[in-house]
Amino acid sequence: MKKSVFLGALTIAGLAATASMASTLDDVKARGKLNCGVSTGLVGFAAPDANGRWNGFDVAVCRAVAAAVLGDSDAVNFVPTTGKTRFTALASGEVDMLARNTTWTFTRDVDLKFEFVGVNYYDGQGFMVPKSLGVSSAKELDGATVCIQTGTTTELNLADFFRSNNMSYEPVPIETNAEAQQQFLAGACDTLTTDASGLAATRAAFENPDDFVVLPEIISKEPLGPLVRHGDNQWGDIVRWVLNGLISAEELGITSANVDELAKGTNNPEINRMLGTEGNLGEMLGLDKDWLIRAIKVNGNYGEIFEANIGEKTPLGLSRGLNAQWTEGGLIYSPPFR
Amino acid sequence: MTTLTDPPKESFRLSMLLYDSRYRSMTIQIIVLMGFMLGAAWLINNARINLAEAGKPITFGFLWEPSGYDINQRLIDYSSRSTHARAAVVGILNTLLVAVMGCLTATIIGVLIGVLRLSKNWMVSRLAAVYVEGLRNVPVLLWIVLTMAIMAEFMPQPREFRGENPSARMYLFDSVAITNRGVYIPEPKFTNGLGDIPVAMSLRPDQCESYLEGGELADSCGLFQISLDLWLIIAVLLAGIFVAKLNTMRANRIQAATGERPNTLWVNLAVIVLPTLAVLWYLGFYLERPVLKGFNFRGGIHMRNSLIALWLALSLYTGAFIAEIVRAGILAIPKGQSEAAAALGLRQGKIMRLVILPQAWRVIFPPLISQFLNLTKNSSLAIAVGYMDVTGTLGGITLNQTGREMETVLLLMLVYLIISLTVSAVMNAYNKRNALKER
Repeated sequence: MKKSVFLGALTIAGLAATASMASTLDDVKARGKLNCGVSTGLVGFAAPDANGRWNGFDVAVCRAVAAAVLGDSDAVNFVPTTGKTRFTALASGEVDMLARNTTWTFTRDVDLKFEFVGVNYYDGQGFMVPKSLGVSSAKELDGATVCIQTGTTTELNLADFFRSNNMSYEPVPIETNAEAQQQFLAGACDTLTTDASGLAATRAAFENPDDFVVLPEIISKEPLGPLVRHGDNQWGDIVRWVLNGLISAEELGITSANVDELAKGTNNPEINRMLGTEGNLGEMLGLDKDWLIRAIKVNGNYGEIFEANIGEKTPLGLSRGLNAQWTEGGLIYSPPFR
Repeated sequence: MTTLTDPPKESFRLSMLLYDSRYRSMTIQIIVLMGFMLGAAWLINNARINLAEAGKPITFGFLWEPSGYDINQRLIDYSSRSTHARAAVVGILNTLLVAVMGCLTATIIGVLIGVLRLSKNWMVSRLAAVYVEGLRNVPVLLWIVLTMAIMAEFMPQPREFRGENPSARMYLFDSVAITNRGVYIPEPKFTNGLGDIPVAMSLRPDQCESYLEGGELADSCGLFQISLDLWLIIAVLLAGIFVAKLNTMRANRIQAATGERPNTLWVNLAVIVLPTLAVLWYLGFYLERPVLKGFNFRGGIHMRNSLIALWLALSLYTGAFIAEIVRAGILAIPKGQSEAAAALGLRQGKIMRLVILPQAWRVIFPPLISQFLNLTKNSSLAIAVGYMDVTGTLGGITLNQTGREMETVLLLMLVYLIISLTVSAVMNAYNKRNALKER
């Protein structure tokens, strides 16, 4: 009995002791590695390739931050987290940042004490069904069995959607995307629900993607973005401005191919400020003046990252839609570098 | 000549705490205890300060907020508008359900296999041995996942039951459907049922308004509701058994007085069965069959495959341990007992049933308690198959949606502690009553 109390207290202290620490930037530099929380494997967003190298839309953000801070895009420990473990991992300091298609919500921002640094993908929750089911709208899903990843906002949206439409459903809670896929393919549930981008990614990994359709209804707003812990504003600023830098780079036409050329100096003062030939934005962040050059060189600007990982030429085949630059009618918009 | 002198009167010196063996052990114990308590206090304080610094002081207010999520298997009324506390209760009931089902089946399997393993038949005893060694040497989590995978992959989908020539069929006169989403069995229903009685209406008075005014009872009224029909049936059944007992005692008396025993079987059977049947008829008892409607079967009782996977795997796994306990218990009974019984002319089966097992039971029982506790705690692996036990609701979705890790985990530990302590208290009391009385 005594022993278990003691061990319990140890665990509690272990959880808590890591919560307060010195500046994250110093920690990352001292460690020489960035700990980045990603999903357990979602094709296009974060998944290891055949050689075990992590790739994807979210992974690219981690690599860009690592390149900006440490000068090496491979100096990243990718920590796979489930919908359930991600927040504990970030809050306890196990990871320095999360880039794991995480929806920015009020309670996560305010009550869970996290700081969302921006949005890298505007998403919404959808449903995928086998074509053979003969369902063409989510409103026809009354009484359906729904596979759902537990610990996500989708769980709450789903309850609200069915409740407000006076429909019943049977939730089958599932821990990881891989299990969800297996259950869905086995027909243990009629429909699989998660963010529409996640559905596209899951569908792309199927043997016969054409046998499945994503229903047209989008039942929620899911702004996905990287996040850090509350309380370390400098670190939050670094992650925020690396993301903004990638977005601005697309807007201003800075690509991985021409960044070296542009870094020699241009007529556009904003490009010069971003790439360090003018002003000292890098120093203000606690980095050097080439920080953004390195970040852009890794995988290119936001648009390049999008096209390479989840764009129309990839198996996911996602169009830019809401995620086009604001100049193209989308919502992707970075504050100015000034 | 001897003189008696008083032993020198010892005065207590501080150094004696260390050098005098009479005091030393106590000194060490007190120092260790103080050190332990200091350490614990430091750790707790550290956790408290760090949590406060992180802006997450320990509060339990979130329990009364609407949970916002749905739970598939609920033994009491629950919706996404209910509180997190209610979600936790739903989870606790699910934990208890699978624990009770598991303990019962594991005991039956365990006793059966334990006896079979001692069989003189080579084949039977080897098969039992293979079962025991195979089951208990593989982690229970794998058994749970395997059972679930078998259920999900190899059972037919509900839609395969549809159409003129369905590829899957229901069993037992179209009343049982085995699908990859679970097993649907008929549900007992009553056409003129007596209704339910809500308990602790004061918890949610707003939900009970129409009921209090003589109207319909809403499902959400009260903490939970008791089925009057069920209680009536149980009461009649118990009364029948009581009367049957009286009849048996009367037969015993007559036998003692006259040496002739009147036949009790038919009378006993009649007093137990007939009134129960009458009550069932009065209540309009019928079995509601599951029917394929829309995406799934509707009606009947739906045993989800998560429940079945967890229940089967836990029973089979724990059953293997119980089998070994039973075998040990039987082997602990001296051979003379069975030889004496055989000498009296009892047959093998009767020797086991009437002589060996009742004695072995006393040896078996104490380790059996800890197997029951193990099974209950192992049920927290439910999350692997998405069974919504208390770890899945309170320690899973609630934890996640509210971000209150510390509070939910502490509550969760408390819940399991209370369940386990209650189980062992009850079992220990039973054990004490049945233990061998030494005279």
